[in-house]
Amino acid sequence: MKVLRLADPEKCVGCGLCMFACSRKNARDPRMGIGHAGIRAVSLSGFERGATVIFCHACAEPPCAQVCPTNALRPRKGGGVTYSEKDCLGCRTCVDACKIGAIFGRDDGKIAVCVHCGYCVDFCPHGVLEVVEA
Amino acid sequence: MRDRVLRINLTDYSYEVEERPELVEEWIGGVGIAVQLFRESMRDLKADPLSEENVIVFANGPFTLAYPYASKTVAMFKSPLTGELGESHAGGRTATALASAGYTAMVIEGRSDKPVYVVVDEDRVHFRDGRSLRGIRDSLILSRILAEIEGGKGERSIVRAGYGGEKLVRFACVTTETYRHFGRLGLGAVFGSKNLLAVVVRGKKTFRPRDPERYREVYREIYRLGVESDAMKKYHLLGTAENVLPLRELRALPVKNLTENYIECEDISGESLAEHSLGRRIACAHCPTACIHIAVLRQEYENERYFYKTLMISYDYELIYALGSMIGVTRRDDLLRLIHRVETYGLDAISTGVCLAWATEALERGVVSEKETIVRLSFGDADSYLKAIDYLVEQPNEFYEALARGVRFAAKKYGGEEFAIAVAGNEIPGYNTGYANYVGLLIGMRHSHLDNGGYSLDQKQPKLEAREAVDRLVKEEMWRQVLSSLVVCFFARGVFSPELVSRAFEPLGVEMGVDELNEAGRRIYLEKVRLKKEMGYVPSLSDLPERVFEVETPAGVLRRGYFEEALDYYMREYYSKV
Ligand code: SF4
Ligand code: SF4
Ligand code: SF4
Repeated sequence: MKVLRLADPEKCVGCGLCMFACSRKNARDPRMGIGHAGIRAVSLSGFERGATVIFCHACAEPPCAQVCPTNALRPRKGGGVTYSEKDCLGCRTCVDACKIGAIFGRDDGKIAVCVHCGYCVDFCPHGVLEVVEA
Repeated sequence: MRDRVLRINLTDYSYEVEERPELVEEWIGGVGIAVQLFRESMRDLKADPLSEENVIVFANGPFTLAYPYASKTVAMFKSPLTGELGESHAGGRTATALASAGYTAMVIEGRSDKPVYVVVDEDRVHFRDGRSLRGIRDSLILSRILAEIEGGKGERSIVRAGYGGEKLVRFACVTTETYRHFGRLGLGAVFGSKNLLAVVVRGKKTFRPRDPERYREVYREIYRLGVESDAMKKYHLLGTAENVLPLRELRALPVKNLTENYIECEDISGESLAEHSLGRRIACAHCPTACIHIAVLRQEYENERYFYKTLMISYDYELIYALGSMIGVTRRDDLLRLIHRVETYGLDAISTGVCLAWATEALERGVVSEKETIVRLSFGDADSYLKAIDYLVEQPNEFYEALARGVRFAAKKYGGEEFAIAVAGNEIPGYNTGYANYVGLLIGMRHSHLDNGGYSLDQKQPKLEAREAVDRLVKEEMWRQVLSSLVVCFFARGVFSPELVSRAFEPLGVEMGVDELNEAGRRIYLEKVRLKKEMGYVPSLSDLPERVFEVETPAGVLRRGYFEEALDYYMREYYSKV
């Protein structure tokens, strides 16, 4: 199974193209915006300290899935989780369970989390992200 | 298309949301709708810009969130520097954050009694007490505090004035994301006059394209064009700072208040900055180019050995001109220290540099004395300029009070108008390239050199007849109205051809052919001229300071006759028809 990894976080310029890509990844229902993205480009307390990205780092034993009351999040082979949108209540219990803050609220109340599809890698112009075999 | 306009009133802390489909249909977005919203919101176009009557419009456009490079926000207000229409564009994350909160524009009206800042969320506006945040001299600290208390990491934009705005310096700017500015024409002072410290915008609304498949294709095409073609190369490499040496070789780099046109300035060239000081690049939201060049300045503590502080300072061509060559500063560290000071206070760097340059020459010529300037200003002396910048903000005497109102005001009061390098009250950008640049400044929309292609026209076709230069400038400016209505970054203008813009509209469900786009540009241009006219704009040769006709340019010493002909033609063909 493949997973999304940081190739070099120090190279991130904070452009957020990865976020826009992630929101757009669903070919049938691509979204314009960042609200469906399972990844966040953030400044390090102000851009004078640079930027980085936050996304699921594919826990081997995902606490977010353990606390999900409806099994919308399930452990995924290779680490991390799969996400079944239709089962998600939008209770946000998983948001608290993920200590790295890699689960994000969506504009429709549900959540967005990286499922390691790799779509964003092609749109990071600076080699910050890569997909590797877990 | 997004058509929601948020109206915030600071006088009674209220807000409302309007749906305005007709507005975006007719005027696209960005500049196009800002002109309309400004006109309808400003009850009295003649009102004092620092009074409660002034309004601020922020607008993004239909390409915001949809495509790369659609990273700019347009601000429109009445300028406290010139008394005319103020327009300023900034990158950062403001455009995407405002769109993600669901709005295509935001209008700020009225004046708060007490200092406040405003938080714009997807469905609410919060007015927050700002009394404890007043008087913070370093505006970087203000934004760190706001980031800390307001949250929304990665989903927000912090739009704030600095101490300069609080002190009502008429060319104070508004800064977003530390390094991007609504730089020109004094929006910071308008914030200050409204007791508005900052606006925090956050949201994550998403929008659906009409045609998903086509949308993803066009997106990919624009992305490829941006990262692969050489349309963006200049900004990829050295940034605009790459212009320093070529412009100097052409004798087009303004030096020492435009008294000279050559200076040894290798140390502050784009090459030198990149090689010795460049520490990081960052990007506006949704921009693959990351043109923001940030230098590292390592400084030892004054009184303690082996203690260092490390400052991160963004630079580009305009800053190198204004706080470098224009005031004779040619050492890299000196330049960076000056930029940092200006950034700390939130001032427009171009206006600051030009004001300092004028003050220096005025002192040299005895127009003013050290009693006025307090410090002994002299070209190249960065330490004296650092102090003078403090005085510009603190305004300890009448002289600095006047200078904080811009170079035109100060020169009117003290003399030396012949060498006050401003056009109609706006300190000029650094392109002493020839006729087209100055014609452009006279008839252009004046928020910066980017509003008219004059400086590049001078370089590409230096021998144009006056009338032709006017036609070319106006035509270019009409097209730029389209780009700044979409709103895409002008640096990507090589990517967004009319044909591509038209194609990019399709998957969003908007039919706009190339002809229609050009026509929209023409209409928006004329609307803006009309608005400017109503606010008192009459281009005139007397707007140009004498100095412009004295210093050598690449086209030789400029003749008045050329400008007379150009203006005459412009007034007849364009201005009078509006
Ligand atoms: S979302 Fe967070 S908790 Fe869940 S697998 Fe990823 S990193 Fe682990
Ligand atoms: S790998 Fe896929 S799901 Fe994860 S951030 Fe990238 S696009 Fe989103
Ligand atoms: S696309 Fe790359 S450089 Fe841009 S924010 Fe994402 S990880 Fe950082």
